[in-house]
Amino acid sequence: MSTMPATFELDKKHGGGGPTLPPRRGGGGGESRSSSDGTPDFRDRLQRYRLGVCVGLIGVSMVFIGLTSAYVVRQGASTIDPNTGFYSNDWRPMTLPVAALGLNTALLLLSSIALELSRRSLKRQYAVAEAVGEGQAPAPPWLAVSVVLGIGFLVGQVFVWNQLRAHGVYISTNPSSSFFYILTVLHAIHLAGGMAALLYAEGTELLHRSVAKRLLVVDVTSIYWHFMAVLWVYIFVLLQFVK
Amino acid sequence: MAEHNEHAGHEHGAPTGFIRKYIFSLDHKVIGLQYYFLALASVFIGMLLSLLMRIHLIWPTAHIPLMGEIKPEMYLTLLTMHGTFMVFFVLTTAPQSGFGNYFLPIQIGAPDMAFPVLNMLSFWTTFVAFLVMIAAFFVEGGAPLHGWTGYAPLSAIPSAGPGETLGADLWIISIAIFCIASLMGALNFITTILDLRCKGMSLMRMPLTCWAWFITAILGLLAFGVLLSAGILLLADRNLGTSFFVPGGLVVNGTQIQHKGGSPLLWQHLFWFFGHPEVYIAILPGMGVASQLLSTFSRKPIFGYKAMVYAIVGIGVLGFFVWGHHMFMSGMSPYSAFAFSLMTMAIGVPSAIKTFNWLGTIWRGRVQFDSPMLFAVGFVSLFVSGGLSGPFLAQPLLDIYLHDTFFVVAHFHLIMGVAAIFGIFAATYYWFPKMFGRMMNEPMAQAHFWLTLIGTYAIFMPMHYEGMAARPRRYSQLTEVAWLQHLMPVEKFVTYAAFITIAAQFIFVFNLFWSMFKGQRATDNPWHSTTLEWTTATPPVHDNFGCKTPVVYHGPYEYSVPGAPNDYVMQTDPTPHGGHVPKEDKPLEAE
Ligand code: HEM
Ligand SMILES: [Cu+2]
Repeated sequence: MSTMPATFELDKKHGGGGPTLPPRRGGGGGESRSSSDGTPDFRDRLQRYRLGVCVGLIGVSMVFIGLTSAYVVRQGASTIDPNTGFYSNDWRPMTLPVAALGLNTALLLLSSIALELSRRSLKRQYAVAEAVGEGQAPAPPWLAVSVVLGIGFLVGQVFVWNQLRAHGVYISTNPSSSFFYILTVLHAIHLAGGMAALLYAEGTELLHRSVAKRLLVVDVTSIYWHFMAVLWVYIFVLLQFVK
Repeated sequence: MAEHNEHAGHEHGAPTGFIRKYIFSLDHKVIGLQYYFLALASVFIGMLLSLLMRIHLIWPTAHIPLMGEIKPEMYLTLLTMHGTFMVFFVLTTAPQSGFGNYFLPIQIGAPDMAFPVLNMLSFWTTFVAFLVMIAAFFVEGGAPLHGWTGYAPLSAIPSAGPGETLGADLWIISIAIFCIASLMGALNFITTILDLRCKGMSLMRMPLTCWAWFITAILGLLAFGVLLSAGILLLADRNLGTSFFVPGGLVVNGTQIQHKGGSPLLWQHLFWFFGHPEVYIAILPGMGVASQLLSTFSRKPIFGYKAMVYAIVGIGVLGFFVWGHHMFMSGMSPYSAFAFSLMTMAIGVPSAIKTFNWLGTIWRGRVQFDSPMLFAVGFVSLFVSGGLSGPFLAQPLLDIYLHDTFFVVAHFHLIMGVAAIFGIFAATYYWFPKMFGRMMNEPMAQAHFWLTLIGTYAIFMPMHYEGMAARPRRYSQLTEVAWLQHLMPVEKFVTYAAFITIAAQFIFVFNLFWSMFKGQRATDNPWHSTTLEWTTATPPVHDNFGCKTPVVYHGPYEYSVPGAPNDYVMQTDPTPHGGHVPKEDKPLEAE
């Protein structure tokens, strides 16, 4: 990354920063901030937003890492059973509706792929727009496909929750089901946030906003979206195999 | 200098309307001040609560206006809310979000934070958390009594006491909102530092304040997510019938609880995984400020800049592996206790490096004891005094005796509470001229310093001895306990000292607001500092550098440079020995 150059110059006589050095390119990111018309350069903004999303995703990961460790610890925890007075473990493994969840997984992964295709086609469109000017050939509707598949995943999750409840599996039924609902609902909430960004990008497409702006939103959201897909697979594997 | 003519790297023009300028502002400087004043309000709430506790401890039947007599459960409520406001809304808010927001972009030569809208959202989200926390006082049952650490099962069972019904829900919700706000803030800080440094500002030329804010942001990013997950589970336990933290067979107030199988220790692990990094979130920015000030006011380069950086990083990394030292009493295996003990002692090494480097910095310097310097020295003093008790507590054997006594209260108040507050004071006196264009009144500042320093030592030093004499913490009424009778004179002394110290804080507040309007006008660089904020207009204009981007040629602490005409070299000075008169570096005023 150009913002993290190897500028760890040794200090020779003073605390910090060393002797006078001519400013080098890449000392900080700041020098390439703007293009000739004064607005921040597109590439700089893209890089900044990408960095922001990646940092944010570390924060999101910590929430799920916290929940994972709670999941593992709670599974092994034993306490005194009030009825018998003996130590016991009340964890009962949960049978997941694997078929329905597998279908949802497929929808989400396909959505991720569609979004990636959309990002690439937008990138090409942007390059063309840079060279020739905006607004020619209509792009393939990958973004819309991705949105529809994403909505399909969310609807599918709601379906799974309803089905489980119809079979008497509620959040309070057993710690295993508690974790199931908490993990899947939290993931769905995060995904809905990404969905909002995709819908916004779709809106800008319909309103014929500049390609650059759309590319920015789609590019950055696609990082988030792919992460959510991987996170979902992780949650699924955790719930299915660590029980 | 690299010039860009118009609004270089800068996405929003200066707003004009009152609302956009002062309420929903996108300007990092305004947002920094908003955080600062939120912390100021919170510190007075926290101080009032602590005063009530101290009064209750020596006059348990005293009649308090509007409250009547303080009942034992009321005492626990005061304790909980005191800790909560102080830790979250003061020590996490002012040093990082307040001063960090204001000065981080300027010190690295950026026109604003990386994401100004997100920055505004962070503040207002924090403000909502504050309002929800305040609301807990006014709901039926009042505020919760489960301590700032929210230990389950007390915090997980609504019937566990007054305040554990709606009040506890509001407490958890407020903390969860606070977590989200802090995560947004951390994201912004990290991106800003990585991406927005001006030309020439390499990482190793950043002022140590920026390093401290950087590492603090990383700690926040990694820690608040875990607290958030714990809070979600706790809310589910309370409202959705799950049993994450509530064990089976629990009988509360004569009724058996329906939950089964949960683990209270799980809460402790999750909480302290956040909690220990959190104490460093509170103190690291103060360390950065102390480093900056000790160097400036000794007119000497900081001793061992790189060692200081590595020590901050080391403290940050190690801080994630020591949370178990809060749980030695929980029945953990002696082997894990030993491991946690060892890791905890290891933190002493970078802490000692910092301390000795501070001393090395002022050693044989031309020390000027202006009020910012006094508070910076006070910070070091308190950090040492409070830090020395840490290694004792880090021994599982000793801690089994000292845990839950006033010894711990003494330890963390000196090192976290008061030291971090001294960092805030030092930063306030130092940067006030830049923020408001006027100097704070120096005689008032000196009086404030001496009263506060002596006062806080008078309050917290005796608590060590009380703790060693087995005076327990978190108990409301010990006046009748026979074997603690001999401590009553000490208790009285501490309460009187608290009265005086709290009174002294009104000097500060008066000085703050009086100087804003009546203080002597400040020059652009009254302390002859070298960092970028002292090259801007006073107060800085909307985009900090007036449509120019600064270029950095020097490290941050070039004082007493041989052959330099001015004894110090600004970071923006293009000549090797500071031939440049700093004034000429001043950017043009923005139109
Ligand atoms: C060499 C450094 C340090 C060591 C070895 C150390 C060790 C400890 C230990 C072992 C405890 C647990 C005592 C108990 O509950 O029985 C403790 C509590 C505490 N420490 Fe430290 N500490 C150090 C530095 C710090 C710093 C720098 C801060 C904050 C800025 C801090 C803040 C706290 C707080 C807030 C608590 C009590 C939390 C509570 O129970 O409410 N400590 N420390
Ligand atoms: Cu700790």
